[in-house]
Amino acid sequence: MPMKIGTEPFFERVDRSIHDDFMRQAMASAQDRLRGRKLEATVGDDSLIDWELWRNAGEEIRRHTLENLDFYLEQLSESYAARGGHVFFAATAEEANRYIQEVVQKKQAKHVVKAKSMVTEEIGLNEALEAVGCDVLESDLAEYILQIDDHDRPSHIVVPSLHKNKEQIRDTFREKRGYTKSEKPEELAAFAREELREAFLKAEVGITGCNFAVADSGTVALVTNEGNANMVTTLPDTQITVMGMERIVPSWEELDVLVTLLCRSAVGQKLTTYVTGLSPDLEADSVDSPKDYHLVIVDGGRSKALGTEFQSALHCIRCAACVNVCPVYRHIGGHAYGSIYQGPIGAVLSPILGGYEEYGELPYASSLCAACTEACPVKIPLHELLIKHRQRYVSGGGHPKASEKLSMKVFGIGASSPSLFQMAKGMAPAMLSPFTKEKRIEKGPGPMKPWTEIRDFPAPSRDNFRKWFDEHKKKAGDDQ
Amino acid sequence: MKVSLFVTCLSEMFYPHVAKDMTEVLERLNCDVEFPKGQICCGQPAFNSGYLEDAKKAAKQMITAFDGAEYVVTPSGSCAAMFKEYPSMFADDATWKQQAEALADKTYELCQFIVNVLGVEDLGASFPAKATYHTSCHMTRLLGETEAPFKLLSHVKGLELVPLKNNYDCCGFGGTFSVKMVPISEQMVDEKIRHVEETEAEVLIGADNGCLMNIQGRINRQGKRIKVLHIAEILNHQQKGGAEYANENRDGALL
Repeated sequence: MPMKIGTEPFFERVDRSIHDDFMRQAMASAQDRLRGRKLEATVGDDSLIDWELWRNAGEEIRRHTLENLDFYLEQLSESYAARGGHVFFAATAEEANRYIQEVVQKKQAKHVVKAKSMVTEEIGLNEALEAVGCDVLESDLAEYILQIDDHDRPSHIVVPSLHKNKEQIRDTFREKRGYTKSEKPEELAAFAREELREAFLKAEVGITGCNFAVADSGTVALVTNEGNANMVTTLPDTQITVMGMERIVPSWEELDVLVTLLCRSAVGQKLTTYVTGLSPDLEADSVDSPKDYHLVIVDGGRSKALGTEFQSALHCIRCAACVNVCPVYRHIGGHAYGSIYQGPIGAVLSPILGGYEEYGELPYASSLCAACTEACPVKIPLHELLIKHRQRYVSGGGHPKASEKLSMKVFGIGASSPSLFQMAKGMAPAMLSPFTKEKRIEKGPGPMKPWTEIRDFPAPSRDNFRKWFDEHKKKAGDDQ
Repeated sequence: MKVSLFVTCLSEMFYPHVAKDMTEVLERLNCDVEFPKGQICCGQPAFNSGYLEDAKKAAKQMITAFDGAEYVVTPSGSCAAMFKEYPSMFADDATWKQQAEALADKTYELCQFIVNVLGVEDLGASFPAKATYHTSCHMTRLLGETEAPFKLLSHVKGLELVPLKNNYDCCGFGGTFSVKMVPISEQMVDEKIRHVEETEAEVLIGADNGCLMNIQGRINRQGKRIKVLHIAEILNHQQKGGAEYANENRDGALL
């Protein structure tokens, strides 16, 4: 399945999410927990001296890398190839899928195991592989849960199954896999582990995503907790790594900084259980390492952001710190965004990759509270990018309402003419008096209508501050 | 010290008593307060909706209105932050950009100005009531002012200030967000009000009339009894009992 989730219009998705009490409670408690853990591991950790300095370093590394992306991509490609790996640049999702299909078909592979990867969700790789007769199994526990639950979609980029609780997972395991035990996480995990073990041994091809690719050494770094990625990258004979073209670091030195920022920001861990460096070193006499390595570098619309005001969106290291503090995400959850990239970064990235036709509402699904910008470990000005999207949307990129354009024009005129403003202020109480009851407006006309659907609007004051101020000043002058 | 009031369009239209309280507070602190008559609106509704050119008209009006000011002080962190955004709007117009920078440099939110510029924390105010405080997003995150309101409130006699759970979460106002994304805004303001109720405070204090209009509008719609007041009203309050004062009809207190 590609980047898009569902076919319902935005407000229907929002409505459904808002009425999903369980999901909402799960989101709120996850946010509260993750926020606390992140703060403890970042601003609260004295061993870092000053978290802000780390953020500055992260921002600098990402900016430098993206400004020199062509250089580092070439370097990565050369160093990966020098170690015996194959590199393929895919301009589109289709190109990436076709290449991977060909690799798999050439190996006559029937069984593929995967580690967690958002970019393979983005390009719809599983369906592409199933279409050529492959059996694809997700080995990340959360992705595994979603996959066996009739291909449910991720609702969070780090914790894809955040919208499910252990009872729901137990029921899914029972229904789909004949599970007989309880909802205890240990028992659920042990069951999945057993099922996955078989698959790891059977698989001919292993596919992973990529947290960071180290340009100068040709290494793919994977940041994981479950250990499944190590099985995926060790057991099958053929290895395929799929990466978004911006997921690159110059050297291990920068990798160190970014892994620190990622682990602490994503889950409040100083370091995840595994940080795996995967290099395509082919040892002729090795019996247990993969025989063939492929690195698929996906553009998929990313280059549209290069050299534009949106370039910093490509600095993202997918930690979801912005998602975890977003008050909109808190109430509508991930699926309502209609994209596998949700929350503030999703609202910025999805329209870049998928256009305003599909994702035009997302930049407006933010109160611009800037909690995202404050949380971002590489200092992407997320709320500013949302405003930039709105600017593009109303100036030709999208379809703003004609009434909105007109009212903004009127606003511009009114806000640059003191006499007009004073006239409007003077007239407002009388004009609104038919709607006013006990100094409040419960059912406002025109543009006030959506406001008064859920709240009262204050009646415009009949008092005139300007007049009061003049008299007050005059009085003070007289007193002297 | 000469202080130019930037009272905000919202205060002028709906909350003139806040502008008046602010004037009196600053005068008591020996500021020479003036009110530039050319001021209208900072332009945020247009800017945040993506209408840059319409927002620029508002910005030019304000830059001109406050041209001669020494300090610009406003009872809204959000509107102050908008002034600080002006230079970015005129990136390709050196003359306006320079003037925008000058305005940004001399603009302060009210609490920030009193505490950080005037160096005063105790205004001799008294407000015997149990209250909680809503930290507005733009004041804390865009202006970076997290302490000034609390310093000022800590000296208000009789005021019992209780912490608000998840105070860092937005109240759901967000300017045009509140009318474009009504169902989401509703959930956000409802959670905010739930947390306010949990504190059992009689009064909710804030420093931004945008947020307060949203929260109060929802409280009124739900028929709840929590009073919503701007911090300028608290700081200018010296005689009467707090909760009693809050129950007064504030309209007509002006003229």
